[in-house]
Amino acid sequence: MSASPAVEAIVESEYEHGFITEIESDTFLPGLDEGVVRAISARKGEPEFLLEYRLKAFRHWQTLATPRWAHVHYPEIDYQAISYFSAPKSKDGPKSLDEIDPALRETYNKLGIPIEEQMALSGIAVDAVFDSVSVATTFRTKLAEAGVIFCAISEAVHDYPDLIKQHLGSVVPHTDNFYAALNAAVFSDGTFVYVPKGVRCPMELSTYFRINARNTGQFERTLIVAEAGSHVSYLEGCTAPMRDENQLHAAVVELIAMDDAEIKYSTVQNWYPGDAQGRGGIYNFVTKRGDCRGARSKISWTQVETGSAITWKYPSCLLRGDDSVGEFYSVAVTKGRQQADTGTKMIHLGRNTRSTIVSKGISAGEGQQTYRGLVRIAAKAQGARNHTQCDSLLIGDRCGAHTFPYIEVKNPSAQMEHEATTSKISDDQLFYCRSRGLTTEDSVSMIVNGFCKQVFNQLPMEFAVEAQKLLSISLEGAVG
Amino acid sequence: MLSVKGLKANVGDKEILKGLDLEIGRGEVHAIMGPNGSGKSTLAHVLSGREGYTVTGGSVTFEGQDLLDLEPEARAHLGLFLAFQYPVELPGVNNTYFLKAALNAIRKARGEPELDAVSFLRLMKEKLKVLHLDDSLLKRPVNFGFSGGEKKRNEIFQMAILEPKLAILDETDSGLDIDALRIVADGVNALRSPERSVILVTHYQRLLDYIQPDYVHVLAKGQIIRSGGKELALELEDKGYGWLGAEEAA
Ligand SMILES: Nc1ncnc2c1ncn2[C@@H]1O[C@H](COP(=O)(O)OP(=O)(O)O)[C@@H](O)[C@H]1O
Ligand SMILES: [Mg+2]
Repeated sequence: MSASPAVEAIVESEYEHGFITEIESDTFLPGLDEGVVRAISARKGEPEFLLEYRLKAFRHWQTLATPRWAHVHYPEIDYQAISYFSAPKSKDGPKSLDEIDPALRETYNKLGIPIEEQMALSGIAVDAVFDSVSVATTFRTKLAEAGVIFCAISEAVHDYPDLIKQHLGSVVPHTDNFYAALNAAVFSDGTFVYVPKGVRCPMELSTYFRINARNTGQFERTLIVAEAGSHVSYLEGCTAPMRDENQLHAAVVELIAMDDAEIKYSTVQNWYPGDAQGRGGIYNFVTKRGDCRGARSKISWTQVETGSAITWKYPSCLLRGDDSVGEFYSVAVTKGRQQADTGTKMIHLGRNTRSTIVSKGISAGEGQQTYRGLVRIAAKAQGARNHTQCDSLLIGDRCGAHTFPYIEVKNPSAQMEHEATTSKISDDQLFYCRSRGLTTEDSVSMIVNGFCKQVFNQLPMEFAVEAQKLLSISLEGAVG
Repeated sequence: MLSVKGLKANVGDKEILKGLDLEIGRGEVHAIMGPNGSGKSTLAHVLSGREGYTVTGGSVTFEGQDLLDLEPEARAHLGLFLAFQYPVELPGVNNTYFLKAALNAIRKARGEPELDAVSFLRLMKEKLKVLHLDDSLLKRPVNFGFSGGEKKRNEIFQMAILEPKLAILDETDSGLDIDALRIVADGVNALRSPERSVILVTHYQRLLDYIQPDYVHVLAKGQIIRSGGKELALELEDKGYGWLGAEEAA
C-alpha cells in the first residue's frame, strides 16, 4: 500500500483543515519584554536554571537583526504585536481520553485523527500539542515499561530537570540564529523524548501540532535524546485552521544520538498556506538540527512540506562520531503564492562519516522554491562521503525553482556526488495517463507521487499514505 | 462502431488530415498502412483526443456518440484505447498501480464496481500468462528504463487488462523482433471477439502474417486513397506505395 498514492476523491481545493476550534484560551496580551519572559516561566512554574536560560536568550535576541539572506519575501514582522503565551483553560492535565475537552477531540476528528482508533489500531503513542500546552499524552505507561520518556517538555522540566539542563540548547545554542534565540526565550511547549541505553522504542512516537489561538506565535521546542545503542522513530504532523493574520512559527528541534544510536525524524507539514492572494498563511521559520555525537550513530530526517506561506527550514546533521550517518529526504511543494527556502546542512567532522541528501521540489502556480544545501567536510573527516540528489519539478510556467548547493571540502579524501535535475510534467505524460482513463488531476497526482517516491519510501507506512493524500489535495487545480 | 466522415485536422496551420473517411464495424480488424508522414499517428491522436490538433472539418462518432467533443479520459471510459507509437515513461509510477488506477477509473465511469487488490492481481497474472510476459514487468515504473520492445509489449499488456472496445495500435510492430511480434499478435488475437474492433496502424505487411485483418486501407497525404482486403497488403509489399501515387513529397 505505501508505494501507491492514495488518490482520493477530488474535494474542494480550499484548505481542508481550515476551521477554528472554539475553546477558551488563557492568552497573554501581545508584546515582548523581559517581564513577558519572566511571566511565561512563572506561569509554567519553571526552575531557576530555565528562567536564566530564557533571559540569556532574550537578551541575546535583542542584539540580533532578522536574517535577510533567504530567497523569500514578506512584510516586516512586528514582534510586539504577537502574543507569547496561550493555554487551554482546563488547568490540570487529563488522565485519560475521557478528560479531554470535547471541542478538542472534535478538532482531531475533523482532522481525521481519532486518538482512540490510533491507540487501538496502530499502537502509536500520541502526544497532542494543542496551542502551547500539551493536553493529551497516551501510551505513556507502555513506554515507561521500556524506560522511554515521552512527554511535554514543560513536564520534563519538572520531572527530569537534570536531563533538560544537560541537553537543552546543546545542539542548537540560543546564539545560533535570530529565530532560535527567540524560541529559547519564549518557547511555549513541545516534546521531550529520552530513549535509554540499548532500548529500541517499542512504537512510533507521534505528535500532532495544531496552531489554534488567534495571533499567538508558536514556539515549540523538541528535544530527543537517544542513548548508546538505542533506536527511535518520531513522527511530526501539522495542520492549522484558516485565519487572516500571518502567524509566526519558530520551532527548534534538537536531536542527540550517542554511539550506535539511531533517530528517525519524519515530518508531514500542512500548515495554512494563505488564500489565493497569499494572505494569512503561516510563516514557518524552523531550526532543526541533529547531533550524531556517538560513533556509528545515525540521524535521518524525512520531511514532506506542503503548507505554510513561507518556509525557512534546514534540518541538519552534525556528523561528529566516526562512521556516523546523516540523511535528509525531502519533498517540498510550493503553489499559489507560497515561498520556500529549504534544504539541509551536513557537517562532516568524524572519520568515515556518510551523508545522503535527496531533495524533491515541486512548484506550481506562482510558487517559488529554493533548495539551499551545505555539505562541509572538515579537515579531520578522513574518508567522508556525500551523495546529493536535488530534483525540481515545475508545473506551469509561472513558478520557479532555484538551487544553491554549497560545498566546502577541507579533506582531500572526501567523495562527493552531486546530481541535480529540473523537469516539467510533460503534455506527453499527461496525455498518456488520460488516454488510459485517468483525469488530469489524478494524472498529475500520480506523476508527482512517482517523482517523490524515493522520499515517501522513507516514511513509516501510515505517514506515507497521508503524505500522498496531502500532495494530491494540495496540487488540485494546479494544471489546466 | 466507429464512423469517421470527411475528417480534416491541422497541426498549427498545416493541414495533415484532408478529408478522411473510415467505417469500422463491430468485431472488425482494420489495417491502416501508409508511408511515413502520411498522417497515421495524427489520425490515432485525433481519435484519442490529444491536444495540439485542430479539427477543421468532418465528424467522428463512436457507438453513436460524437467523439470529438470528449476529453481523452472520457473516450477511454467509452472503450477506446491507443497503443502509442512512442510509449511515455512515468518515472516512479509503479506499473501495477498505474494499471489498477486506470482500470478502476474506467469501471467507475461505467458504473461498475472497482476491483479490489486481490481480484486485480489475479487478472494481471492471467493476462501475463496469455501474453507470455514476465511478471517483473509489474514491479517496474511505467515504461521507465524499458527497452523499445518492452515498451511495446507493455502497451499490449495494458490493452489486455483494459479490454477496450476499439483498440488503435500505432506501429506497435515496428522495431520488434519476431518473438516480440508474436506477443503483440497474440495479444491482439486474444482480444479479438465479435464485440471488439482493432485498428492496426502499420508500416509493414509483416504483422499481418500474424493478425489477419478484415480490411486494409492505404493512408496517404491525409486521406484514405485505397481500401481492400488482405490481398491489398500483399500488393503493397510487392509494389511499394509508389504505384498508388502515394509517395510523400516530404
Ligand atoms: N506536432 C507536430 N508539429 C508539426 N508537425 C507535425 C506534428 N505532428 C505531426 N506533424 C507532421 O504531420 C505529418 C504527419 O505526421 P504523422 O501523423 O506522425 O505521420 P505518420 O504517423 O503517418 O508517420 C508529418 O508531416 C509530420 O511532420
Ligand atoms: Mg506515426
